[in-house]
Amino acid sequence: MITVEGLTRTYGAYTAVDDVSFVAQPGRVTGFLGPNGAGKTTTMRIMVGLTPPTRGSVTIGGHRYADIPNPGRHVGVLLDASAQHAGRTGREILTLGARTMGLPMSRVDEMLALVSLDDSEAKRRLRNYSLGMKQRLGIAHALLGDPSVLILDEPANGLDPAGIRWMRGLLKGYADRGGTVLLSSHLLHEVELIADEMILIGHGRIVAQGDKESLLREERPSTLVTSLDNDRLAAALQAAGVGVTPAGGGLRVDADPTSVGRAALEAGVVLTDLRSGSRGLEDLFLQLTASTQREQPAPPTAPFAQTQPTQGAVR
Amino acid sequence: MSTTTSSTPTPGAAVPRTIDVSGTAPVPFGRLVAVELRKSYDTRAGFWLLGTIAGLVVLAEGIATAVGITQDNSPGLDFGAFVGVAAFVTAVLLPVLGIMLVTSEWGQRTAMVTFSLEPRRPRVVAAKYVVGLILTVATALVAVAIGAVCNAFLGLGIGGADWTFGWDYFVGFLIVQSLAMTSGFALATLLLSTPAAIVVFFAYSYVVPTILALASAFLDWFEPISDYIDFQRAQVPLRDLSISGGEQWGQLLVSAAVWLVVPLALGLRRILRAEVK
Ligand SMILES: Nc1ncnc2c1ncn2[C@@H]1O[C@H](COP(=O)(O)OP(=O)(O)O)[C@@H](O)[C@H]1O
Ligand SMILES: [Mg+2]
Repeated sequence: MITVEGLTRTYGAYTAVDDVSFVAQPGRVTGFLGPNGAGKTTTMRIMVGLTPPTRGSVTIGGHRYADIPNPGRHVGVLLDASAQHAGRTGREILTLGARTMGLPMSRVDEMLALVSLDDSEAKRRLRNYSLGMKQRLGIAHALLGDPSVLILDEPANGLDPAGIRWMRGLLKGYADRGGTVLLSSHLLHEVELIADEMILIGHGRIVAQGDKESLLREERPSTLVTSLDNDRLAAALQAAGVGVTPAGGGLRVDADPTSVGRAALEAGVVLTDLRSGSRGLEDLFLQLTASTQREQPAPPTAPFAQTQPTQGAVR
Repeated sequence: MSTTTSSTPTPGAAVPRTIDVSGTAPVPFGRLVAVELRKSYDTRAGFWLLGTIAGLVVLAEGIATAVGITQDNSPGLDFGAFVGVAAFVTAVLLPVLGIMLVTSEWGQRTAMVTFSLEPRRPRVVAAKYVVGLILTVATALVAVAIGAVCNAFLGLGIGGADWTFGWDYFVGFLIVQSLAMTSGFALATLLLSTPAAIVVFFAYSYVVPTILALASAFLDWFEPISDYIDFQRAQVPLRDLSISGGEQWGQLLVSAAVWLVVPLALGLRRILRAEVK
């Protein structure tokens, strides 16, 4: 089990990780999802002691990482598959890990077989590996010590579709045997099929967490509306304390269609289109992390772009 | 998942929230040293550095033999002198070795993996330093072995070799070469970059003594101070272990503090606090 409590990391005036708390349970795959620069890597680096936190703490199975003896035997870590000596062969990299952890050399062959790196590939130097091969080697390295907790940063990066499916099966089986798996991604579709739990992070803050169903259930009502006077309608809705963002030629309103229709009636605005804007997980993800999406600058009604955490049912 | 619990957890069953680490021993120091030793030669750069050291020692001692044979009866070319010749080579290359032991980890970002597997960073740095000492001793032994071969050749060439071997010179050689390696190592922990550490090391071992000598020549009051800063000169009486007296020891210890202890202390502090990227 991984327990993160009030984790904060600042770089000068910039807060990369902002008061992050969550729990990754044993027996479950926890997906750590957020756009680029959301603070996923920084959070994971703090977990294994590579970056000191500004505030807060992380325990893994009840221990600080630095207090775990021979940590490779308990916690498998993959933070950056390229952070290995480019001049070492894949086999040599695993050999160094196995020796440090005090494992028999047969373990190296087992892991190479597990991630389907054949003999000739294992003899190549890392600089000649494709990103997908590096990723497989990194997963093999993380699994070397037969750990009960796995921390993987963007492990699907560079894997082909078959590789992603293979990894999904691997991690599911791992969690089914009681292991704790935390994996990060910036792509929802990579995570939603594997993860039992999802933690959504944007701009260093947790914006939602829970399993897929509870996340969707907790989704706030949403309405798409177009009228003859959008500005007046928006003003009326905002005066009532409802979040409004421009969407295409109309507005997206954080309220159900009935309330929006009533507000329009009271404001005397003619509606030309009114429908439920209820969305799937993808939209929820985009909406929750909207203020940090590079591709979508924060809308002018930023204070109403909701970023309050949606707490799903967390056991 | 042998470390989690004695029974195999099944889906849906209560799963342990804590990891029992009482049965796991920390990584023994000897194992860290063995792994770091392996890392010193399992890359091309490391392999060729060690190979170059051995090759240049052979070359230097071979040239000394050739000179000894052609200039018959060149004075003082005994077994111990061969070791002295080797010192010219190793004094340049062992500091580079000390530097590479530290910086190869940062240049290639492998520190992320190393410090994940052993978060107690001082143990890793200590293991690397022990590897530096092991390789220094190995270099000295290689120099002696090659020296013996060369001396035998010289004996054949000029008829009768001098097998006088000064143990004081050998021990002095070991100490001075270890200090040279340590200087490189200390600067590397501080700078964490191969080129920067190499440049600074050679600047300090060749430029600083010159500047100190110049300054002492022009400023009378500086000369006694300079003796306590010039680490290179303070090591001279160490070469044959003739070092004696409070003044010589004082100069050695003070200059060593300036050039070894301070960079190493600051460097260790940097490594312990560094965000490993
Ligand atoms: N050493 C650092 N100095 C300054 N900013 C940093 C540093 N490390 C990370 N950041 C910033 O922190 C933010 C979070 O980064 P990161 O955790 O890598 O995000 P993610 O992994 O979610 O893409 C980014 O904006 C990044 O630029
Ligand atoms: Mg990242």
